[in-house]
Amino acid sequence: MIDIDNTPNTALYPEIVTKMNHTSGENLEAKDFKSATAVRWCPGCGNFSILAQLQKALSEMGIPREKFAIVSGIGCSSRFPYYMNTYGFHTIHGRAIAMATGLRMARPDLSIWVPTGDGDCLSIGGNHFIHACRRNMNLNILMFNNEIYSLTKGQQSPTSRVGQKTKSSPLGVIDDPFEPATLALGAGATFVARGMDADPKNLKELFKAAHSHLGTSFVEVYTNCVIFNDGALKSFTDKETRKEHTIWLEHGKPLLFGENMDKGIKMDGARPRVVSLNDGKHSIDDVLVHNNEDSYMAFLLANMSYDPTMPRPMGIFLDLKLDTYIQRSEKQLAMYYDPHADLHTLLKGEDSWEVN
Amino acid sequence: MAKTQRKIDELTIRFAGDSGDGMQLVGTQLSILCGKYGNGVNTFPDYPAEIRAPEGTLYGVSAYQVNLGNHPVFTHGNKIDVLVAMNASSVKVNLPNVREGGIIIVDTNGFTDKYLTLAEYPSNPLEDGTYSKYNMVKIDIKGVMEKELAGSGLSPKNLVRTKNIFSLGVVYWLLNQKYDITLKWLEKKFGKKPDVLDANVKALDRGFKYGEECSELTEQLIVSPADRQKGHYRNITGNEAAALGLVTASRLAHMPLFLGSYPITPATEILHFLSGFKRYGVRHLQAEDEIGGICSAIGAAFGGNLACTTTSGPGLSLKIEAIGYAVITELPLIIIDVQRAGPSTGIPTKMEQGDLLQAIYGRHGEAPLPVLAARSCADCYDICIEAARIATKYMTPVMVLTDGYIAQGTEPWRLPDVDKLPAFHKQFVTNPEGFEPYKRDPETLARMWALPGTPGMEHRIGGLEKQNNGNAVSSDGMNHQVMSEIRDRKISQIANDIPLLEVEGSQNGDILVVCWGSTYGAVKTAHTKMTKEGKTFSFAHLRYMNPLPRNLGEVLGNFKRILVPEVNLGQLKFILQSKFTRPMEGLNKMQGIPFKESEIEAKVLELINNK
Repeated sequence: MIDIDNTPNTALYPEIVTKMNHTSGENLEAKDFKSATAVRWCPGCGNFSILAQLQKALSEMGIPREKFAIVSGIGCSSRFPYYMNTYGFHTIHGRAIAMATGLRMARPDLSIWVPTGDGDCLSIGGNHFIHACRRNMNLNILMFNNEIYSLTKGQQSPTSRVGQKTKSSPLGVIDDPFEPATLALGAGATFVARGMDADPKNLKELFKAAHSHLGTSFVEVYTNCVIFNDGALKSFTDKETRKEHTIWLEHGKPLLFGENMDKGIKMDGARPRVVSLNDGKHSIDDVLVHNNEDSYMAFLLANMSYDPTMPRPMGIFLDLKLDTYIQRSEKQLAMYYDPHADLHTLLKGEDSWEVN
Repeated sequence: MAKTQRKIDELTIRFAGDSGDGMQLVGTQLSILCGKYGNGVNTFPDYPAEIRAPEGTLYGVSAYQVNLGNHPVFTHGNKIDVLVAMNASSVKVNLPNVREGGIIIVDTNGFTDKYLTLAEYPSNPLEDGTYSKYNMVKIDIKGVMEKELAGSGLSPKNLVRTKNIFSLGVVYWLLNQKYDITLKWLEKKFGKKPDVLDANVKALDRGFKYGEECSELTEQLIVSPADRQKGHYRNITGNEAAALGLVTASRLAHMPLFLGSYPITPATEILHFLSGFKRYGVRHLQAEDEIGGICSAIGAAFGGNLACTTTSGPGLSLKIEAIGYAVITELPLIIIDVQRAGPSTGIPTKMEQGDLLQAIYGRHGEAPLPVLAARSCADCYDICIEAARIATKYMTPVMVLTDGYIAQGTEPWRLPDVDKLPAFHKQFVTNPEGFEPYKRDPETLARMWALPGTPGMEHRIGGLEKQNNGNAVSSDGMNHQVMSEIRDRKISQIANDIPLLEVEGSQNGDILVVCWGSTYGAVKTAHTKMTKEGKTFSFAHLRYMNPLPRNLGEVLGNFKRILVPEVNLGQLKFILQSKFTRPMEGLNKMQGIPFKESEIEAKVLELINNK
């Protein structure tokens, strides 16, 4: 029995599950994860790249294909399950995480992936999202952030920027956006990462890291919507500008960026600032070293998104090892569960009597 | 003074006090004890929404009514024969329901100026003749107990708190009932606090003795044991019965049980019970909201669990979109709605039958599902098993309706022989050959069910319409018509798999009363009583609300007039009239409390007299 969460007790499955002869998870290829359904996103959509990387990533995990379940809600992102040759559950708007939570509890043996969007996850599904984060429910939540509602044709989303003109904000957005990484961290997520459609190689690695992490894994993916918000994230995703505007987070490595990797992040009191290693005043020793097991640092880095003078962090903000919800719930079950427990004793309760 | 004894058939006792006075506790103990000693028992907890409402207020009165009989009883009683009241407000709000000449036992400490003002009594009703039509038993419980516990060192606060147990002692004397079971219970409850235990045991004894000594109580009222079927019995609330029914169903279905739920009155106890049944392998999630409750259950169902969600009216409204999803994905799911007085927050601690139309029709699109309604506390057990049988056999969500009255009230329950209950072992599909998720069993129309994790069966299901017999998403209009009709037929044909409707009384004639859910008790009791008196009518009780029993039309056709009593403004009547296109008479109560048999009697009598 493969048990993704390493739980102490796996006796409580539907009988049939314990009797399955699984296929091999080795020697799988991306094509094994492609379904027969024609992909129906708009030409040029960032989702194509994400789909390709997820197919590759899943094939490299050594897990039998039938053990994967993709659970989605509503939106362009949520068509994902149809394009993956795995088990798929295309649910209702905002509720994918809630459905996946029940599936996770019923089936600790599955690897569960929740592709979602900025509207589906942070707006209509916001409550389920924050509670999944705090519960450390072992789900891989991939949130494709294009800063717009696309499937409903171009309304402002909870990540749209102030001033952005959309079909539902013709005079400009007036409410401030969520910063997804800080929201996830604030809600207690133990794995928070950010990648982009335009950087497929790193994206695949982030997916694999999300899988390896036990607990809620949240991966935000900057995704371009060619129709309703084309180029919104261009300064971060374009190869030309990416090196100056983003910084790749690597555990144990100094936080350097720039065309020549000659800029670094230095602490200035309680806040970070950018320093040049060529100004004669700063050296590599002044630069902060990333530690993705430090949640103080994760908050600090995530907050940089609010500061236009700072590069946008990409990569893994936090990867913290804590008990998962399933580990704790299965531990409680293991303490008390008795497959032979007598039902009659339960029905009798504490006070019963015989009539002769 | 010599005391006499009088045998009576039925006795209704009501304990009333502040919400912190322990009225629910003593009411429960009385019902357990009388149940064990063989009486027919039916109870009705009637409490305010406030956890500790301000002391002495009219709106803060918490009550627990126990109806005892020398025969099985199906209602919480008609008029109150014995009212035990801890203060002036508790008498005032209950007085209209006390039988003239009935006994009212009061604690005079609840009639000081403060309490009289709170009860809005201009003068002391114990002295000004307000209660002249009743047999008043005025007890200074605090004074009596101070003497009894003199020198014990018990704090004044704990001393006052024995007043409920004292009053229970008085009631036990009145019933001439030995109370060893209650003593045992006290030992268990207060075993770790010897001073409190001692005080309560003394209070119980002293109350009993007080009954014997006092001049106001001249006779004991003897309710003999009822004739009962042999077997093992216990007292049970509907909510506990539902929890036990679900655990039993999970055994019968060979599927692990999952509950996804969010706390809501009066359904929460099902969550309490199931979350404590880890020994029986129950997994539960207290979700972040009502939607999370049902969605987690649907997710667990997708994974092959027997999944359930529990709620009350407002929560059901929140779950409705997800119910539509369970309908189109054709997954088994049990939704329990413990109805309360609505709309919105309404009167949240009071019962109603107001969700019938929401249960059957309250969805977007054509989304039929079976709806069952429990008729009594004990029936909540059977109906949950039946819901699980239908859900797994037909691959459909099933709604179970109960209400605050039967969910929190109690009755003696004869335990089933669980080893003899028929199993309904669900067969999952494991052979990829010829598998399509929307291929159906030709007889039940249930779709094929393969669980995630099964090798070679990878497939996708979801909220989008699917190709009939297939797997692919389909927007084809003709296919949608076919699929809609199949889903509809799948549910309506379940009528062939449920019992025929039975009529109690003559099988044809003038008046048929058609009732559903917890209204059963009042109608059944009125029927028994009126039949004895030669005033004949027949009645039929519906447990299956959708689909309706297949002989219902025939049954209705055998009677000239149909009366439909409901604790709503006529929802079942609306359904029956539209299905069978004939006028019917309604009897509708919207007071947050169940029907009394006298109300049914009066209405039937009115019909009999107005031919």
